[in-house]
Amino acid sequence: MTSLRATVLDRDKVVQKKAEWQLRLYVAGQTAKSRGALENLRRVCETHLAGRYTIEIIDLLENPRLAAGDQILAVPTLVRKVPEPIRKIIGDLSNEERVLVGLDVQPVRR
Amino acid sequence: MASANKKSKLTDHLTLAKSPTGIKGLDEVTGGGLPTGRPTLVCGAAGCGKTMFAAEFLICGALKYDEPGVFMMFEENAAELAANMRSLGFDLDELQKKKKIVLDYVHIERSEIEETGEYDLEGLFIRLGHAIDSIGAKRVVLDTIEALFSGIPNHAVLRAELRRLFRWLKERGMTAVITGERGDSTLTRYGLEEYVADCVILLDHRIQEQVSTRRLRVVKYRGSSHGTNEYPFLIGSKGLSVLPITSLRLDHAAFDERVPTGVAGLDEMLGGEGVFKGSSILVSGAPGTGKSSLGACFVNAACQRGERALLFAYEESQSQLLRNMRSIGLDLAKWERKGLLRIHASRPTLQGLEQHLVFMHDLVEEFAPAVVVVDPISNLSLDDRDASLKPTLMRLIDSLKQYGCTAMFTSLTTDSSTPLADSQVGVSSLMDTWLLLANVAQNAERTRTLQVLKSRGMAHSNQVREFIFTDHGLDLVDVYLSGNQVLTGTARVSQEAQEIAATELRDKDHERRLRELSSYRQAIDAQIAALNAQQQEREGAVQFAIAREKLESDSATTRAKSIAKSRGHGLLLKRNAVRSSR
Repeated sequence: MTSLRATVLDRDKVVQKKAEWQLRLYVAGQTAKSRGALENLRRVCETHLAGRYTIEIIDLLENPRLAAGDQILAVPTLVRKVPEPIRKIIGDLSNEERVLVGLDVQPVRR
Repeated sequence: MASANKKSKLTDHLTLAKSPTGIKGLDEVTGGGLPTGRPTLVCGAAGCGKTMFAAEFLICGALKYDEPGVFMMFEENAAELAANMRSLGFDLDELQKKKKIVLDYVHIERSEIEETGEYDLEGLFIRLGHAIDSIGAKRVVLDTIEALFSGIPNHAVLRAELRRLFRWLKERGMTAVITGERGDSTLTRYGLEEYVADCVILLDHRIQEQVSTRRLRVVKYRGSSHGTNEYPFLIGSKGLSVLPITSLRLDHAAFDERVPTGVAGLDEMLGGEGVFKGSSILVSGAPGTGKSSLGACFVNAACQRGERALLFAYEESQSQLLRNMRSIGLDLAKWERKGLLRIHASRPTLQGLEQHLVFMHDLVEEFAPAVVVVDPISNLSLDDRDASLKPTLMRLIDSLKQYGCTAMFTSLTTDSSTPLADSQVGVSSLMDTWLLLANVAQNAERTRTLQVLKSRGMAHSNQVREFIFTDHGLDLVDVYLSGNQVLTGTARVSQEAQEIAATELRDKDHERRLRELSSYRQAIDAQIAALNAQQQEREGAVQFAIAREKLESDSATTRAKSIAKSRGHGLLLKRNAVRSSR
C-alpha cells in the first residue's frame, strides 16, 4: 500500500479481513482528479481511521459494468460501503472537513 | 472519453437525415421523423406522456427499423417501465434479452451524497457508452435527465457536463430523445433547450370542460420544415398516435357508384339512385323526427345487400335499439348474428373526444364496413362550442372517405328556432348530402317531413316530403300537390277524401249521362221504327191504289172491246188494233 500507482490500479485487491470501514473509490482513468482524490482519501484515512479501513479502487474505464451497481455518475466518487448506510462523496476529496462529515467519522484530535 | 474509442463520424448528409419514430402521425408532422444522429428535446408537464413518447420511439426503432436503443431512465426504474410498456403490448424484457434494448436506471439519492472538491460526470458517460457499445445502439433516450439537478449539488458542473453529453451524443451519431419537465416560463425547468437545439417537441395536457386532450407541437426543428400546429395526440391501447389535421390531404378517390339509402322515396329524391359511395350524409332534425330510424334503415339496407355496416349509437343501448327498430319492421339482430352488423353503443364523453376518435378509427379499420352510421354526432361532445369538435369530425369524415365508407351522421338540433347552420355543430359544410327532418305542426297535429338541403353532384328534389313510419321501415308519401300547395298530414288526407268524394260524384254523373244518352238513343230508335211503319203503311196504300187503278183501267178497255165486238164496227176496231200494236 505504499506505491500509489500500484494501489490505484489494484482493483482486484482482496480485502483480507472485514475492516470496520470499507471504502470504495470509483475513478475514470488516471487523471489528476483521480490521483488527487486517492491522495486525499489516504491522508484522511491514515489520520483518522488508521488501521481500521480498506480501500477498493475501481477504474470505470476498465470495468464500466460496475458503474451501475453503486449508481455512479460523477467521478471520482467515494462510496462508504461499511458501516451502513451507504454514503457517497463526490469530488476530489480536497476538503478534509467535508470528507469527514460525509463519511461520518469522528475526527481524531491532535 | 477513451471509452468512445470508435471515433464516430459526424452525420454530414446533404439533406437532413431523419429517423422515423414509428409513432402514428408524428412522422407525418415532422416529415419523416426525428433528426438522425442528433438529440431531440421532448418537454411537457407531468403526466403528458413524455416517457411514453420516448419509450415508443425506442421500441419502434428496435422492432421496426432495426435500430437498437438505450433507455437511460432517471425517474422510473426498469421494472416499472417494463410493466408500463407491457400494458401497451410491448415486451421490454424480451427486447432486452434479444439485445435490442438496454434499460439503465440511474438514480441519485441526494441525501446520500456529499460533495467535496472537483468532479465531473464521466461515470455517466461511461455507463451510457458501455450500454451503447454492448448492443450497437443507434438510439438513446434520456428520460428526464433533469432529475440530476436535484441529485447533483453543483449545477455549474452539471450544466457543463450536460452540454458535453449532448455534444458527445451527437459525435457518436446517436439519435437521442431527451425528456424534460416543463418550467414556468421556459420550455424546461432547467433550460435544457439551451443545449438541445436541433429539435424541440412540446407535449401538453389540457383540460377543457372536464375533458382532457393531449396535444403535441413541434416547437423547433432545425434544418427541416415541419407542421407548426398543435396536434392532438393520444395514448391508446396500441401506444401513442398523433392526429394531424392538416396533413390529411383531400385526395380520396370519388366513386361513381351509388348507394341506396334504404328508403325508396328518398332514393327517388336523390336522382333515383341514392347517395354516392364514400360520401357523407348529415341527417339533422329535432328530437323525434326519425333520425335514428333513418340511420337504422340505412344500415339495414346495407346488410340486405350483404355489406358490412357499423353503427355507433350514443343514445340508446344496443338491445334498446334493436327493440325499437323492430317496431318499424327492421330486424337488425338478424344482421348482427350474421356478422354483417356491429353496433357500438357507448357514451363518447366518457373518454376524450380524441380518444374516442381513435377508438372509432381502430374499429373501422378492423371491421372494414361499407357503411358507418354515427348517431348522433351532437353527442360526441358535451359542449357545442367545443373548438376541437369540428376538426375531430373533419378527421373522422376524411378518414372514413379514405376507407371508402359511406357514412351517415345524425345531428340533433336543439330547437327549430335556432338558425340551421348553428345547430349542425358547424359541420354541414363538410358533408356531401344534408337531409333535414322536421316536424311540421299544423291543425293540432305533427307531421314528419324530410327535405334534401343539399346533395353534391346529383340532381335532387327540392320538395318537402312527408315521411312516415310503417311496419316495414320508413317511407315517403307521394308528393301531394293541390293547386299550388304541397299538402301533408291531415290536410293531405282530407284533401284526398274530398277529391275522392268529388270523383265519385263525377262518376255517378257520367253514368247518369250515359244512361240518359242510351234512353235517348232508344227513344230515337222507337221513333225511327214508327216512321218506318208509317212509311211502309203509306207505301202499301199507294201500291194498293195503283193496283186498283190499273185494274179499273184494264176492265174499262175490256169492256170497250166487248162492246165494239158486239156492235160490229170492223173499221174502228182495225184502227184501234193498229194503235195498240205501235
